Amino acid sequence: MSSNDSTGKTLLVAFLLCVVCSIIVSTAAVALKGKQVHNKLLDKNRNILAAAGMLEEGKSVQEIFEKRLEVKLVNIETGEYLTTETATEQWQKEALKNPVAYDQRKAAKTGDKNIILKGSEDIASIKRQAKYAVVYLAKDQDGKVDKIILPVHGYGLWSTLYGFLALQTDATTVVGLGFYEHGETPGLGGEVDNPKWKALWPGKEVFDETGDVSIRLIKGNVDPSNPNAEHMVDGLAGATLTSNGVTNLLRFWLGANGFGPYLEKVKEQGV
Amino acid sequence: MASETKKVLFGPVLDNNPIALQILGICSALAVTSNLNTTVTMCIALSLVTAFSSFFISCIRKQIPSSIRIIAQMAIIASLVIVVDQFLKAYAYAISKQLSVFVGLIITNCIVMGRAEAYAMKNPPIASFLDGIGNGLGYSAVLLSLGVIRELFGAGKLFGYEIFALAKDGGWYVPNGLLLLPPSAFFLIGLLIWALRTAKPQQVEKSEFTLAPQSKALSAH
Repeated sequence: MSSNDSTGKTLLVAFLLCVVCSIIVSTAAVALKGKQVHNKLLDKNRNILAAAGMLEEGKSVQEIFEKRLEVKLVNIETGEYLTTETATEQWQKEALKNPVAYDQRKAAKTGDKNIILKGSEDIASIKRQAKYAVVYLAKDQDGKVDKIILPVHGYGLWSTLYGFLALQTDATTVVGLGFYEHGETPGLGGEVDNPKWKALWPGKEVFDETGDVSIRLIKGNVDPSNPNAEHMVDGLAGATLTSNGVTNLLRFWLGANGFGPYLEKVKEQGV
Repeated sequence: MASETKKVLFGPVLDNNPIALQILGICSALAVTSNLNTTVTMCIALSLVTAFSSFFISCIRKQIPSSIRIIAQMAIIASLVIVVDQFLKAYAYAISKQLSVFVGLIITNCIVMGRAEAYAMKNPPIASFLDGIGNGLGYSAVLLSLGVIRELFGAGKLFGYEIFALAKDGGWYVPNGLLLLPPSAFFLIGLLIWALRTAKPQQVEKSEFTLAPQSKALSAH
């Protein structure tokens, strides 16, 4: 064998190869970042519309989004909208001017904009949440609000699932549910993206008569003759932990520490 | 040289097909062929990765110490796959979401590794590049046939456009749902290999052993 196999040469080739490869990979990643972020945002908006069943063929996502959705910020603890009267701090005023640019995920990580959750409250395993959450109010053709779209997230098996839950204005009946970002096992937990499974959601009721959160995923199929069938959805086969994660995140976001106070207000006073 | 180039480029399509003869890269052939959009994207991605990885490996083949050659090949292949993945995320987001892990899994696709080790380590860059394209074509030929059959008869569509009117929408065609599931690709690849080896008997492998002739029947009575 030639001198190629000497220790020095081996280390040198390995080192140079790594440097060159890492430069190529990082250049590609950095150069394409802007476009990827744009795609992600577009995909998120598409999912908001998909959850509410508002996608129309031939119309751009952005067009429908701007025309038919109103973005509002809600104080998680009181359930009140952020308005010009209640906005006291500088960032709140800015967020009010351009609510689309408000980054709820970033706010959840920022010291004075978030709430740290105690262990017993944190059933969705998200540890902290933003004080102000985004809600999307969808309007029908006449400009009347007919759906409320809530961002929800929580831990499944491997990853945090991010999605949207669309409710009718009675704040109980589901219009749709969809996740736009997760890292669950393809084919098992990843079936949360399956259109057939998503089609099970519309018409389900998230609260029972007493106003408690009642929606949950069960093992196996829901028996339609069960009197509680409208509070139950088929679990994902082979993905018990992802199914539990979905149940938990819905219970959290619909409960007292999530959108509970807000939905209470919607039920009493309307949107 | 012209005939040599032709052999390197088109030989892998029928005579030395990576899937049908060498039985490499089956996993992605099962996974991505249920519709043509993902199939075509995967074919292009794999062909480019095979061609460029063979090219770059061949460029530095005389410098790679044999003790770390597999790792060196992997580093090049992995970098190219990440670049392809980044491009898809930027320019074909919906398809990249559908392909999900399978673009990343090109790294472990046996065809890429196989060509790097078997051809690019011994041949000059241009020939290696063509060999990569050729094997990409061979892979694409099988994947596209699978994709056409599976999407057409499984969903009545090609590239998402309706070809057969489906019975559930008031048409005449009742789709075969099995074709949309991965095992169907296994059956189709099997049939394809059968057809190919019937047409080209020289591709039939010799049996590794022969069954002993039936020993004399024991008289039971």
